[in-house]
Amino acid sequence: MGEGVDSGHTQRLTFTPTLSLEGRGGKEKDRPVVKLTINNRDVEAQEGQTILDVLKAEGVKVPTLCHVKNLVPTGACRMCVVELEGARGLVPACAYPINNGMKIQTHSARVIKARKTIIELLLSNHPDDCLYCVRNTNCELQTLAEQHGVRDRRYTGVKNNHHVDASSPSVVRDPAKCILCGRCVRVCEEIQNVACIDFIGRGADTVIGTTFNEGLNTSTCINCGQCVVACPTGALHEQSHIKEVVAALDDPGKVVVCQHAPSISVTLAEEFGMKPGVDVDGIMTAALRRMGFDRVFDTSFSADLTIMEEGSELVHRLTKGGKIPMMTSCSPGWIKYVEQFYPEFRENVSSCKSPQQMLGAVIKSYFAENQKINPKEIYSVSIMPCTAKKFEAERPEMARNGIPDVDAVLTTRELAQLIRLRGVDMMALDPEGPDTPFGTRSTAGKIFGASGGVMEAALRSAYFLITGEELSDLNVKAVRGFDGIKEAKVDIKGTTVGVAVASGLENAKTIMEQLRNGRDDLHFIEIMTCPGGCICGGGQPHTHNPEAARNRMKALYKLDRDEKLRTSHSNAGIQRLYKEFLGEPLGHKSHELLHTHYVDRTDVN
Amino acid sequence: MSSVDISNIVAKYSGAGRDALIPMLQDVQQQDGYLSRDSIIAISKHLNIPPSKVYGVATFYNQFRFNAPGKVHIQVCRGTACHVKGSSAVLDVIQRMLDIEAGETTKDGVFSLEVVACIGACGLAPLICCDGEFHAGVTTAKAERIIKQYRKKVEA
Repeated sequence: MGEGVDSGHTQRLTFTPTLSLEGRGGKEKDRPVVKLTINNRDVEAQEGQTILDVLKAEGVKVPTLCHVKNLVPTGACRMCVVELEGARGLVPACAYPINNGMKIQTHSARVIKARKTIIELLLSNHPDDCLYCVRNTNCELQTLAEQHGVRDRRYTGVKNNHHVDASSPSVVRDPAKCILCGRCVRVCEEIQNVACIDFIGRGADTVIGTTFNEGLNTSTCINCGQCVVACPTGALHEQSHIKEVVAALDDPGKVVVCQHAPSISVTLAEEFGMKPGVDVDGIMTAALRRMGFDRVFDTSFSADLTIMEEGSELVHRLTKGGKIPMMTSCSPGWIKYVEQFYPEFRENVSSCKSPQQMLGAVIKSYFAENQKINPKEIYSVSIMPCTAKKFEAERPEMARNGIPDVDAVLTTRELAQLIRLRGVDMMALDPEGPDTPFGTRSTAGKIFGASGGVMEAALRSAYFLITGEELSDLNVKAVRGFDGIKEAKVDIKGTTVGVAVASGLENAKTIMEQLRNGRDDLHFIEIMTCPGGCICGGGQPHTHNPEAARNRMKALYKLDRDEKLRTSHSNAGIQRLYKEFLGEPLGHKSHELLHTHYVDRTDVN
Repeated sequence: MSSVDISNIVAKYSGAGRDALIPMLQDVQQQDGYLSRDSIIAISKHLNIPPSKVYGVATFYNQFRFNAPGKVHIQVCRGTACHVKGSSAVLDVIQRMLDIEAGETTKDGVFSLEVVACIGACGLAPLICCDGEFHAGVTTAKAERIIKQYRKKVEA
């Protein structure tokens, strides 16, 4: 491909992939120094880094397509090629280790010509329907073509012509737009340990698909959407519910109610050009009202409700017996993962529905009764950072009398699209507060959006439920941050409780395998499907900003630091819901509305 | 789909690692004539490799088939010499007559069709091979006759 692109030098480097968002090599300060020349400038770097690492640190931008930070480089797309003096051809910066005395040119005429040729070849069989594409103006291939000044169609190949796979409730695959970079394949295998998809066939006939190239709906796909976030083009996107939501908003016979997940308010801003980590909670609430939502509720409220139920369940299991360790049930990708790969641990998973489904259930029961609305007239929309929530909402257990708890699920990206579609100017709105009775929330519910948040919130309340006292220090710092696995021992009045938090299912697998092999010092485990938690969910804005995830997390913990109401059990709205309607945690009504069960899915391929 | 027993092959590779994948696939194909869904899943479980990966590897190689072979297995040569002599039209005719694509088996299980890169008898191009019998200088009309002959033979 292109002229003289070298592929022979990629195998020397072996990386241990880590899920930490720390830059590779960032911590190894004592590694030997390597001296090299980049674009005629002398540069010092550390042994073990790739050319790409050094270029990034030096502020030289080379384009990449197949590269995913912290995953094993494949050097497949050849976009990042650079000229290395003495090498036979151009070398891929992402997969080439640095050495003393290297002389590198990153933007010579030869390199730029090669990159442009690669883009032109990628476009030669691409459908070229950018105007109609879900990723129009937000597509890496489009951006690269623009940056490299591709103006002529130099190669005209046979256009890709594949069936769109719309079988999944969460993720739509359009293989015609696929450039075979393999990012989705690697994320699915290396980060999520699902390996639902792989390259099928070879050469010009290669496609990415499931086992036997069948629909995603019958595959091991856990619907997490990390592949969608990884995809540089429009080959993967969420199953859109915008049309259904718009129809409901325009229907005078419907009471359209929405809830937004804890992480949405700290990520939505990015879709409107604001810096990552800006909290737009009140503005978003105002925007939702302007678009015609009759009630705007906060899923953080039902996160508090989840803590009451799940915390009580944990206390029950610890004191009265039951499967230990208990595992969280908020993350629907993780639930399907357990059902497929660890069915023997299904009873360890908390029977609590996720916050989305809990709020959905009380909206169509308590709220409907209270407001004297027929549940059939309520159209319940949830705004989630997640594609798996679409699958969860469609699970048959998540309906009562044929009425689903949640009718439609929008991702953060879809919400932004809807806001633009309905002509709401986010910049011109004043913040507004949410509606009663599901508007109040503690910051314990809010930090559900970050990995470790559920654990911290649960510990705050479990401590209270067991001892009748508040934790002297509400901050459980050991479970915060982006580490893939975090563990702590918590002392609750003389009883030591072992807790673990994992995000990214490859990390969950590590813990699950330890449990299979007899590990018995853990009592409570939080698992989030996506690395870092919901703030990095499969429905979040496509971002190229490596700082984005960190800032999103900071924003959540800033709220937790600054606000007064920090424990779920002190949420007056929750107390009222129990008093007026539910009775007590784990009570009869709770079991009917807020708890669920799991199925064995070992028969999927 | 007929279920296929590959327990003997699984037993032969007991304790094997992922490097046994291709030998196992070859053994199954040798025994059954193709890789059934069940056998792919069984291999996946035995070697602890996700089934998508097993399928991905198997589809990479031309030697593996995913449909049970028919009573008559037709190989159409699409090598360079055969191509120049018109094998593309021959393949089209056969696909249309049998209503299958290359790699598939007719619903009645009589014919299966495979495209091969070169049979090694370029002087006789274009060439097709039915159940090991070679037919040289095949035109579209001749291909039709050949298929009809084999159908008669199978039905007899």
